[in-house]
Amino acid sequence: MNYTYTLAILLIPFTMFVVTGLFGHKMKPIVAGLLGTIGLGIAFILSYYTAYLYFFKVGPIEETYSKVTAFNFVWLQLTEHLHIDIGVLLDPISVMMLVVVTTVSFMVHIYSLGYMHGEKGFQRFFASLSLFTFSMLGLVIATNLFQMYIFWELVGVSSYMLIGFYYQKPSAVAASKKAFIVTRFADFGFLSGILLLSYYTKTFDFIELTKTNGHQLAMAMPMGASFLGLSIVSWALILIFMGGAGKSAMFPLHIWLPDAMEGPTPVSALIHAATMVVAGVFLVARMFPVFALAAPDALTVVMYVGAFSSLFAAIIACTQYDIKRVLAYSTMSQIGYMMLALGVSGYGDEKGLGFMASMFHLFTHAMFKALLFLGAGSIIHAVHSNSMQDMGGLKKYMPITFITFTIAWLAICGVPGLSGFFSKDEILVAAFNHNKIIFGIAVLVAGLTAFYMSRLYFSVFFGKHQHYHHEPHESPLVMTIPLMILATLAALAGYIPFHHLVTSDGVGFITEFHWNIAVPVTLLAFCGIGLAYIMYYKESPISDKVVNTLGGFYKAAYSKFYIDEVYMFVTKKILFGMVSRPIAWFDRHVIDATMNGIATVTVFASTSIKGLQSGQLQKYGFVFISGAILLAVVFMLLWAR
Amino acid sequence: MIEGIPMQHFLIVSTLMFFIGVYGFLVRRNLITILMSIELILNAVCINFVVFNKYLYPNQLQGYMFMLFVVAIAAAEAAVAIAIIINLYRRYNSINVENVNEMKN
Repeated sequence: MNYTYTLAILLIPFTMFVVTGLFGHKMKPIVAGLLGTIGLGIAFILSYYTAYLYFFKVGPIEETYSKVTAFNFVWLQLTEHLHIDIGVLLDPISVMMLVVVTTVSFMVHIYSLGYMHGEKGFQRFFASLSLFTFSMLGLVIATNLFQMYIFWELVGVSSYMLIGFYYQKPSAVAASKKAFIVTRFADFGFLSGILLLSYYTKTFDFIELTKTNGHQLAMAMPMGASFLGLSIVSWALILIFMGGAGKSAMFPLHIWLPDAMEGPTPVSALIHAATMVVAGVFLVARMFPVFALAAPDALTVVMYVGAFSSLFAAIIACTQYDIKRVLAYSTMSQIGYMMLALGVSGYGDEKGLGFMASMFHLFTHAMFKALLFLGAGSIIHAVHSNSMQDMGGLKKYMPITFITFTIAWLAICGVPGLSGFFSKDEILVAAFNHNKIIFGIAVLVAGLTAFYMSRLYFSVFFGKHQHYHHEPHESPLVMTIPLMILATLAALAGYIPFHHLVTSDGVGFITEFHWNIAVPVTLLAFCGIGLAYIMYYKESPISDKVVNTLGGFYKAAYSKFYIDEVYMFVTKKILFGMVSRPIAWFDRHVIDATMNGIATVTVFASTSIKGLQSGQLQKYGFVFISGAILLAVVFMLLWAR
Repeated sequence: MIEGIPMQHFLIVSTLMFFIGVYGFLVRRNLITILMSIELILNAVCINFVVFNKYLYPNQLQGYMFMLFVVAIAAAEAAVAIAIIINLYRRYNSINVENVNEMKN
């Protein structure tokens, strides 16, 4: 099968970026918007066609979905072994990500036509969206670590551009800088990991790196213990995971994600909920055979980081009032869930349940979280506020948003029949089989998720009735149609047979439904919903009472456990005060002073002798001739002897 | 024709010419005169070349050749110098060397 056309999926958004980026200001806004949207529509169709071809038309060869290099060329030939390629790699996870990215991006494009209508910089917005989509697609179809790294940084840049879209707003500028610096810092780990790994394996190529024969990696990895009892390959993968943790907002590199909500809401839906933030999960999944077979220690790190972030974010999400921040922490929590699932997974057939569950959850989460964000955008559009305290009783004003939001809410809570239920169940089963403590955390998070999402849902659509300055109204059709499409996907995505399609080794397996786990967890989720119903469906004093009872803990959670303050302390007091400032002093008073001293001496010397220069030709002539005569006399005296 | 005249006489003439040139160069204010003084210096040198060649190495021609070079160079130098002097005159309306002191400080 020839998949060379998949290159077009990559090139179309790039062309749109160049066209709208360079000539956008000469176009009418709507032309630039439509251009970007249509371009992405084509990429969207091509991606679905690719998925159809890959999964169904060609199907598994000898029951295995193979990795196909659709296109490859050597970009930089540095040495014989070290060359950086650019290409297109198709395997189950990259095809799945193509579908996810183009779907969400396409929906967000359509939605933005309405949401961003009349904004200044409309063309710039669409150019950045195209750039982002291009980079994200390049990331998921990367054939090698270095291509992934290049697009990884491009994703970071476009995220920076989009968070700082309202660049007149100081908070948006600060948020974009924070996001860029934190992820860039994490990418430093990623790059070190790549270099460390490729130094020993002599290749960047994913297919070579992850090739297995049976239950061993084909490539020899530096397995021996080296530093702190972990092998080199473990350290390399932990460093690579650091990059993933930065992009995926895992603790303790999560601080940028809530602030990133300063960007326009469609951006939050696209980048900070559905696509870019799962890049870390995708990275771990991409390297999964190496993680699972060569570096189980690194995988354990992934598991604990995922589990902790998941719980941590879920607790904070229960206390926030900004609707987008709740969703941001929810995103972090759900991504932690995916990381956790990868962490508990093994390699190969049924042991790879966690891997499958993680990818499954990534897929369903992208759909319902994008829907939640776009729904939130629709609400913000109507109410002109981000705060949940300014909302309430919106059900009767915005019927379509209400219905679609309900579907997303039920999906994320894990109510049976909707997508989130299936994927979450698989994760819980995988966790149960691996580690009971992690399983306990996962169950707790499932309950908390149901609670905070219901809290948001009830206080926005029901709750106390607000007096609005002007009547909230339903968003235009261009915004509600994406909502409806995503709602359909969020409802039905759970019925995709992921265990046949996307597995750790490409071989499908049979999963059974585990009633013994599904039933109690679903009941717990319903308890969470019920609790939120009691507290927030109508105005009630219970929530205040709970807050008072929890006291200090609530306050800590509300302040996001003071992580931002810790960062400020470390960067400002320790790094800035104790390292940078002495260095700056040294620079200014020693290095600069030496240079200034040389300059001062020169200036002084020249001012003091410049009086000799009279500009009179004959004086110069006199001096010259006197000198010549003097020399002549001296030589004559010398030779006279 | 020159038989019987000792070499020293020629050298005295050329030395006198040389120092007259130097004197003129140092004390005259008129740029044209300064140029003429330089020509005097050059001619003094030319006489030396010719005289040394004639009296010390009569079988060789280097001294004469050098003199021809000096004459050619002097002609070129006079052309350039006069061009400069004309430009200076256009600018300052004078050819007094003391007015041309832009190199000061």
